[in-house]
Amino acid sequence: MKKKINIAVSGLNAIDSPGPGIAVIRALREAKSLDVKIIGLAYESLEPGIYMHNLIDKTYQIPYPTAGTDNLLARLEYINNAEDLNVIIPNFDAELFPMIKLESRLKEMGINTFLPTAEQFEERHKINLPDFGKRYNIKVPHSKAIYSTAEIGGLTDEFSYPVAVKGKLYDAEIAHTPEQVNTYYNKISSKWGLPIIIQQFIHGTEYDVAGLGDGKGNTISIVPMRKQYITDKGKAWGGISVDDKEIFKLTNHFISSTKWRGAFELELLKDHNNEYNLLEINPRMPAWIYLSVGVGQNIPKALVKLALGEKVEPYKEYAVGKMFIRYSNEMIVDVEEFHRISTTGEL
Amino acid sequence: MKIKKNIATSESGYVFNPSTGESFSVNPIAIEIFNFLKEGKSYEEISKTMLARYNTDEATFEKDYNDFMGMLKQHLLIETENEKEN
Repeated sequence: MKKKINIAVSGLNAIDSPGPGIAVIRALREAKSLDVKIIGLAYESLEPGIYMHNLIDKTYQIPYPTAGTDNLLARLEYINNAEDLNVIIPNFDAELFPMIKLESRLKEMGINTFLPTAEQFEERHKINLPDFGKRYNIKVPHSKAIYSTAEIGGLTDEFSYPVAVKGKLYDAEIAHTPEQVNTYYNKISSKWGLPIIIQQFIHGTEYDVAGLGDGKGNTISIVPMRKQYITDKGKAWGGISVDDKEIFKLTNHFISSTKWRGAFELELLKDHNNEYNLLEINPRMPAWIYLSVGVGQNIPKALVKLALGEKVEPYKEYAVGKMFIRYSNEMIVDVEEFHRISTTGEL
Repeated sequence: MKIKKNIATSESGYVFNPSTGESFSVNPIAIEIFNFLKEGKSYEEISKTMLARYNTDEATFEKDYNDFMGMLKQHLLIETENEKEN
C-alpha cells in the first residue's frame, strides 16, 4: 500500500494569467506512483482552486509575502498541526524567497521542499540577468534596471526602440516611445515596486522550457514548447512540444553550470538568425506544466520524489508535437463556501 | 536537396517541423513532391514523374518547383550541410 503524502500547493489562481497550482495538482493526482492529499494555500477568497473540491482536499489562506516570514511560519505551523504536511510546493515567484529562507525550519517540522538555493534564486533574477548571461556564457538581450523616470531619456544611448518594460517580479509591456516607457514605468512600479527593468525587445518566436534539475548538475527533465497562442498579457494559451537540439544544449548547460536545484522555466526567443536569447528564468514550474504530463514527463511528481529524498531517474523521452490548449470555465459555488473561506480562512 | 529527416507529413496534407513546432498546410501535389524529396529523389526524377502524371509543360513545372524549393528553404525544412554530415 502506498503511503499517503500530504502536499501543500500554492498558486490556485486559475485566472486569465494563471498561477501554476492547479496544473501542478492535476499532475500529482495523475501520478500513479503517488497517493496524495492536496492542501491548497490561497491568498484571496476568490482564487478558483479553493472551490475545486475534486482536486483540492482542503484550502487554507496564508498571509501575503509582504507580511513577513514570521507570520508565514506561524500560519504554516498551524496548517501543519492540522494536516501533517510532507511537502510544500510554492508556485509564486514572490513566495519563493521566504520559503527558501524557511527551508530548514520547515524541514524541522517534517515538511520537505525542493527549491533553488538562495544564490541560484538571486543570480537568475531579472535585475541580474546580464551578469548571469556573461557568467554562464548564455545569450541574453541587453537590459538595465532603472529606479527613476529621469533615467528614461538616456535609454536611447543603450537601447533602440521598441523595448520591453518589466516589473521586478511580474508584468511586462512593450514600449515604442519614451512616453510609453514612462506610462508603463508608473503602471508597473505602482503595482510591483522598483526597480523597473528595461530590456531590448527582439523580434522572433517565443519558446519556453519547463525543466527540473537535481541540484548536483544533473538534468531530470526538459520539456520544450513553442507558444502558439499568446494572450494580451503574453501568456501562452496554447503551445506545442518541440524537439530542438539547441534548446536541449542550452538547457542542459544551464542546469549543469548552475547546478540548478528544483523546477524552472526558461523563456527563450529565437531571433532572425535562428539563435536563442534567454529572456527570463522563472525559478518554479510554469502554468503550462501539465503539458509535461501530456508528453510523458511528470515534472511535479518527480519534484515531490526529490523533495522526499527519493532517487529519481532522469526522464529520457517525451512526445513531440503534443499541444495544450487552455480554456476558461465557470464553476457554480454556494455563497456559504465563499463566506467560510473569507471568515475562517479555511475551506 | 533533401527534406530534414525529422519532418513529418500527415495524410491530410500537413507538414510538421518538430524542431520549431511549426505546421504548414500544403496541397496534394506539393505533398507528392515533398515525399519524393524525403526519399532523396533528384529534380530530374521528380520532374519526369510529375510531367507523366499531370498535364503541364517542363518550363512551368521547373518554375513552380523552384518556387516551392524557395519556400521550403525559407521555412528551414531543407537539410543544411551540417545536418547532412550528422
